[in-house]
Amino acid sequence: MTFSEKFHQNFIQDGRWTYLTDGLKSTIIITIFAVILGTLIGMLVAIVCSTYAKNGKLKVLNYICQIYLTVFRGTPVMVQLLIMFYVIMASSTNKLFVAILTFGINSGAYVAEIMRSGIMSIDNGQFEAGRSLGFNYVQTMRFIIIPQAFKNVLPALMNEFITLLKETSVCGYIGLMDLTKGGDIIRSRTYEAFLPLMAVAIIYLIMVCGLSAVAKMVERRLRIGEN
Amino acid sequence: MEKTNNNIIFDVKDLRKSFGKLNVLNGVDIKVNAGEVIAVIGPSGGGKSTFLRCLNRLEEPTGGEVYFKGNLTTAKTCNINELRQNMAMVFQHFNLFPHMTVLDNITLAPTKLKKEAEKNAKERGLELLKKVGLEEKANSYPSQLSGGQKQRVAIARALAMDPDVILFDEPTSALDPEMVGEVLDIIKELAGTGITMIIVTHEMGFAKEVADRVVFIDEGKIKVDEAPDVFFNNPENERLREFISKVL
Repeated sequence: MTFSEKFHQNFIQDGRWTYLTDGLKSTIIITIFAVILGTLIGMLVAIVCSTYAKNGKLKVLNYICQIYLTVFRGTPVMVQLLIMFYVIMASSTNKLFVAILTFGINSGAYVAEIMRSGIMSIDNGQFEAGRSLGFNYVQTMRFIIIPQAFKNVLPALMNEFITLLKETSVCGYIGLMDLTKGGDIIRSRTYEAFLPLMAVAIIYLIMVCGLSAVAKMVERRLRIGEN
Repeated sequence: MEKTNNNIIFDVKDLRKSFGKLNVLNGVDIKVNAGEVIAVIGPSGGGKSTFLRCLNRLEEPTGGEVYFKGNLTTAKTCNINELRQNMAMVFQHFNLFPHMTVLDNITLAPTKLKKEAEKNAKERGLELLKKVGLEEKANSYPSQLSGGQKQRVAIARALAMDPDVILFDEPTSALDPEMVGEVLDIIKELAGTGITMIIVTHEMGFAKEVADRVVFIDEGKIKVDEAPDVFFNNPENERLREFISKVL
């Protein structure tokens, strides 16, 4: 079989390319919402942990956060996904939702560690300057500390999001057709592994390169005025 | 009778502060009247900065009372954030917000805390920048300024909230010698406007010239509290005499 025949068989025949596009859609949806959820969770957890580290407040919350961090960074995300789907949310049929929840909560643990290091890297004088003007703790965090911390950890955050995008490829294990599963379905139909799997790999690579480019651009924007 | 002390900005009674076993302040008593300029001098480690930082509770006092315009700042019910809006602080290391322009540094507190309109705050911010001679730097970032310029912006930022008092924590100690003058000139100018100021400083000449009262803090206590000419020319306190002879 020539290459063009193989190409036709794998992608055109029976509209097989839609496995890839449908899968890609799921992958993108899961990634975007998991990033949002992960950022929110991570930010809150980071604030709790750094508050405790700074002045010993929020002891109980900090304890809970530590357990969260240990559990979600200490077990494979695939196991978490399976437990979420077959145990915790066994009654749910919405696989997309389960995936978003799992990857969001998982990513939140990593984002929290990244943000915490960012917050701790800000000079205490910044904090004192904010408080001395009359801002309360939360306002100081919001207007003064977090924006600076965020800027400092942006490269690490983008890295985490790139990792997250690739990690969603285990979604097939709960029968959710993401990009990887889509390619794999084509393989199982045509008994041809090379083309569909290469196509999947290339699509991931393009997305990651795109994200990296965006990260560089945003970083440059944010650096304006700073050394 | 309670309200007659409206002219008293700070009334400090037996203020104590210790860090673990280290006693830094061992009972400081002082009254600061509205419009007074008070210079605080003394040897390193004597408690000058700690005293200043206890006034706005950047350090929590471990004992004693601090009244700000009649309000007990150490009371549980006291809203320190609200009081702090009326007592600005200028730091040794400036602590400008590096992620904001100079003008945004100044307008941040008025717009967010006093809900001042953006436009008014900006106008007022530019006015203040003019006052410290940095109007053309409004859209620069702090990293583009010299140390002296940074401190002048920090002073403008402190003034933006129209505070009753400004606390200066060694405002020129981190500056190159040639930049000390420009900052001191601004503070001198402010002294003429009648705003209350407490200035922790090592600049003796400046203290002599600007202050209404000079306070000598050593070993966590106020050892001397006098008008500048008595303070510098006829010091009675042995320790102060020794100190002055060393630094002058």
